[in-house]
Amino acid sequence: MPETGRETVLETRELTKRFGGLTAVESLDLRVHRGEISSLIGPNGAGKTTVFNVVTGIYTPERGTVEFQGGDITGKKPHQIVEKGIARTFQNIRLFPNLTCMENVMAGLHCRTTSGLAAALFRTGRQTEEERRIVEAAEDRLKQVGLWETRFELARNVAYGRQRMLEIARALATSPRLLVLDEPSSGLNPRETEDLMAFIRRIIRDEHLTVLLIEHDMNVVMGISDWVTVMDGGRKIAEGPPRQIYHDPLVIEAYLGSRK
Amino acid sequence: MTARFLPTLRRLALPLALLIFAGFPFFANDYLLDVAFFFGIYSLLGLSLNIVLGEVGLYDLGHAGFYAIGAYATAILNTRFGIPVLLLLPVSAIAAGVFAFLVTSPIIHLRGDYLCIVTIGMGEIVRLALINNPLGLTGGPNGVYGIDTPTLGFFAIDSSLAYYILVWVVVGASIIALRRLQRSRIGRAWNCIREDEVAAQATGINVRSHKLLAFVLGAALAGVAGNLYATKLLVVSPESFTFWESCLMFSIVLIGGMGSVPGVIIGAAAISLFPEVFRSFANYRMVIFGVAMILMMMFRPGGLWPRRRGGTEARDLLQRLWRRNA
Repeated sequence: MPETGRETVLETRELTKRFGGLTAVESLDLRVHRGEISSLIGPNGAGKTTVFNVVTGIYTPERGTVEFQGGDITGKKPHQIVEKGIARTFQNIRLFPNLTCMENVMAGLHCRTTSGLAAALFRTGRQTEEERRIVEAAEDRLKQVGLWETRFELARNVAYGRQRMLEIARALATSPRLLVLDEPSSGLNPRETEDLMAFIRRIIRDEHLTVLLIEHDMNVVMGISDWVTVMDGGRKIAEGPPRQIYHDPLVIEAYLGSRK
Repeated sequence: MTARFLPTLRRLALPLALLIFAGFPFFANDYLLDVAFFFGIYSLLGLSLNIVLGEVGLYDLGHAGFYAIGAYATAILNTRFGIPVLLLLPVSAIAAGVFAFLVTSPIIHLRGDYLCIVTIGMGEIVRLALINNPLGLTGGPNGVYGIDTPTLGFFAIDSSLAYYILVWVVVGASIIALRRLQRSRIGRAWNCIREDEVAAQATGINVRSHKLLAFVLGAALAGVAGNLYATKLLVVSPESFTFWESCLMFSIVLIGGMGSVPGVIIGAAAISLFPEVFRSFANYRMVIFGVAMILMMMFRPGGLWPRRRGGTEARDLLQRLWRRNA
């Protein structure tokens, strides 16, 4: 497939992940291009979330490599991968439930700050300055996602849709180059989904981000994606611009079964 | 009524506590001062376990092992080499901290009850090792005798009053240090790990190193408590560092409220003062204790003084920062 003029940000080569006898992902080649929204779709159990977990370092692959911005990140620890610039959200929102919204977002700045034990104990000027920077950056993120009023609420007490935005705010607080979203629209009503998609388009434009997402909602995928990769049974069965994928017989078969 | 009463209580607590601690020696006899000394020791132990259990949520039921390392480090180095016990205070902290680093490094990835079981084993191994008198250092079941009293220049700490002041000065310093940690990126990272380890990793927090740091700091503070304990009793023996001590520390944190400094002090008060108050019903003490624990868990599962999190804490932080930079 010709891919001229598009810079690759994330690339997996022959990525394979097994759980015991089950091969969840088999020899997957995936490419994500800078400044685009790439979607990973496929029926349940196709291995999409496993791909995410390998890319973000939660699982180590049996075979294959993951390259991010030209560097090999295969087998790195999750926190190292966040430092490199990949931030993620989870399919079933994973916040810090008993911390405030503010503290949740402040956690995202952990990897971009350095004050250590002694600095905290003696409250050095540098540490205070850094704390101030953390607070200000977190406040900006909360305003950006529209959670300013609930900043002092515990994360578990805010509405579901807001929790989703909070998780995205926390991911953005790590200053990522690539944002990885696992089913961002699940559990949201159509209105909230639309707002979310508009928000994602806006941050891509304003912050020069790249987005990779898993999505079930076909309207969302077709509406927002620049590039779609389809998985079934752990393998890639198709990739291309959304319109092309929409009419791909293999994809239709994977979703609806064959005509026979 | 309680809704309006409690915030006032919280605000008044610190000045009130300081007043009580300053005024207490004027009407207390030596017995009461000694009780207050052990209250101080249990406060230190509670604060030290609180770092591991309260802030990071790691189930550590072998904390008495670190306490023992601190006490024996002081006892052995003082009786063998005559090093002044107050100088050994940081040495005990370092010894317990290093020990914690070595023993928890290989087990730090274990979760929940698995970690709990291993720490129980660790605590028991320390106690049994002490009984077995390795290299003739620990004196076996009899322990180590003849530890010096602390001296500060010409001023010897040998009265109940002096010990009382010594231990509470250390408690005060520890409280200030812990509150500063709670309001730093390290403290926040600890809480994130307690809330959701996977999310913490995915947010860029090095879970392993922060857990290790918590264990090392918690053990070091327990080592400090061990040093003070040894200097007060002038003798240390393995029976002071049983599994039961670990359980008491665990109870202090649970009774008070995980991650809450004032809560831990209240928990320590409950654990150390309770046996004194109920001394007359010695036989029923444990029954009453058990019933009290069950009632606690039913009616106040978050502890007697849980850490308030909502608005105020974040607002405090902001105010402090703005003031500083205004």
